[in-house]
Amino acid sequence: MRFTRTKALAVATGLALALAACGDAGDDGDDGADVDVAENAADDFDEGTRMKALAEDGKIRIGVKFDQPGIGFKGATDDAPRGFDPEIGKILAADLGIPASDIEWVETVSTNREPFLEQGEVDLVIASYSITDERRKVVGQAGPYYVTGQQLLVRSDSDIETLDDVKGTEVCSVTGSTSLDNIKAEGAKPRGFDTYSECVDQVLDGAVDAMTTDGAILLGYAAENPDELKVVVDPFSEERYGVGYSLDHPEMCEWITDTLEDAQEDGLWADAFESTLGESGVETPEPPQMDACA
Amino acid sequence: MSILNKAAALYVTLFRNTPLLMIFIFMAVAMPKLGYTFKVVEGIEIGGWEVSAFFFRSCLALTLYTSAFVCEAMRSGVNAVPLGQAEAGRAVGLTFIQSMRHVVLPQALRAVIPPLTSVQVALLKNTSVAAVFGMAEAVATMRILTNRNSDETIPIFLAFAVGYIILVEVVSLTSYAIERKVRVAR
Repeated sequence: MRFTRTKALAVATGLALALAACGDAGDDGDDGADVDVAENAADDFDEGTRMKALAEDGKIRIGVKFDQPGIGFKGATDDAPRGFDPEIGKILAADLGIPASDIEWVETVSTNREPFLEQGEVDLVIASYSITDERRKVVGQAGPYYVTGQQLLVRSDSDIETLDDVKGTEVCSVTGSTSLDNIKAEGAKPRGFDTYSECVDQVLDGAVDAMTTDGAILLGYAAENPDELKVVVDPFSEERYGVGYSLDHPEMCEWITDTLEDAQEDGLWADAFESTLGESGVETPEPPQMDACA
Repeated sequence: MSILNKAAALYVTLFRNTPLLMIFIFMAVAMPKLGYTFKVVEGIEIGGWEVSAFFFRSCLALTLYTSAFVCEAMRSGVNAVPLGQAEAGRAVGLTFIQSMRHVVLPQALRAVIPPLTSVQVALLKNTSVAAVFGMAEAVATMRILTNRNSDETIPIFLAFAVGYIILVEVVSLTSYAIERKVRVAR
């Protein structure tokens, strides 16, 4: 089953790309990579698992960010979010036989990711969700499917070049985020805002000296304003993005890990990266080694 | 007198009817866009603590908003003094200033304590709005903690809620004490 699918994939991707220009009704207007949807996926899973239930349902709810260009972004007029995280979501859904049009995208912000999983508001959280030991106590996190690090976004004319330069400067990020905590440790004055876009505006207006968060997100903003903004400093933290699932369904871990490992091998992972984060001109990195499931 | 009267009325109407969040957005988002970042205050130092433009802007927003309410509380206090009192003052030959100073205001200030307390309590809680405008105050700190210790969310939240309750209780109890102290037998 799996092997025939992998073999068919190359042909299907070529066909799909050729047809993508025509635009089909099932496609909800996004321009990410195309993923083949498994057929009769429910037969692949054991009785009583969450995967089987989802596959039989033909529906899945995935929590993503709506305000991070490149990672997960949904404009006011978009039908579906675009970015690397939604692409990973599509790969997982396709393995359950669920097409992209049947995924219900739910906006999650940093503070409600754990509650949403615990209360069953969403089945998966793929929202620049760094794996930490504390989080793994309350929710499951499979992965990492992507590793990034904290960097700085400054105005093109800024004097900030190294991490030592941030001492005593004002650096903004989202209120309560890990990045803000880390930059405080470097001696900067943390300035929290509700969203990343407000923070970028503050940098552009000269109200703060820099913005800090995961490099992947900063690159997305720098790409929108290439003349006025630049990303500086080598990554000074390691953020390992994982897929969140509820601890009520521990069997999901193996499935997520296996599916994403297959995607890394057959090039789907690379396609997802190139059609999203890769558009800002970054080299497609080597996929990270996934953690073993407990 | 009438020009000041109109100006005060305009100010109070304007700021009492504008949501605090909008004033904050104007101060923290719109002002920098218009080129006013208030960076000039950065040089000021008070007892080793440096004033930041962000703190200044947040203070400005809270001050503009709360002043209107304080103003109304004061007005209600003056209105609580029976008109006969001022008339009696004038009848014994006091000037306007004297009758205000010795007759009306002492009574008005007593009446003003309860509404003013409510305004101060509201101000105390309104400071939490600054969390999303660059100030690392209690709510922002709470968010950092919950983000770092996502397995302890509820205890952290309760601890901060209790913190606010304690602060508000201190204000309330102080105001009761003052009220009892200055009570007049009527």
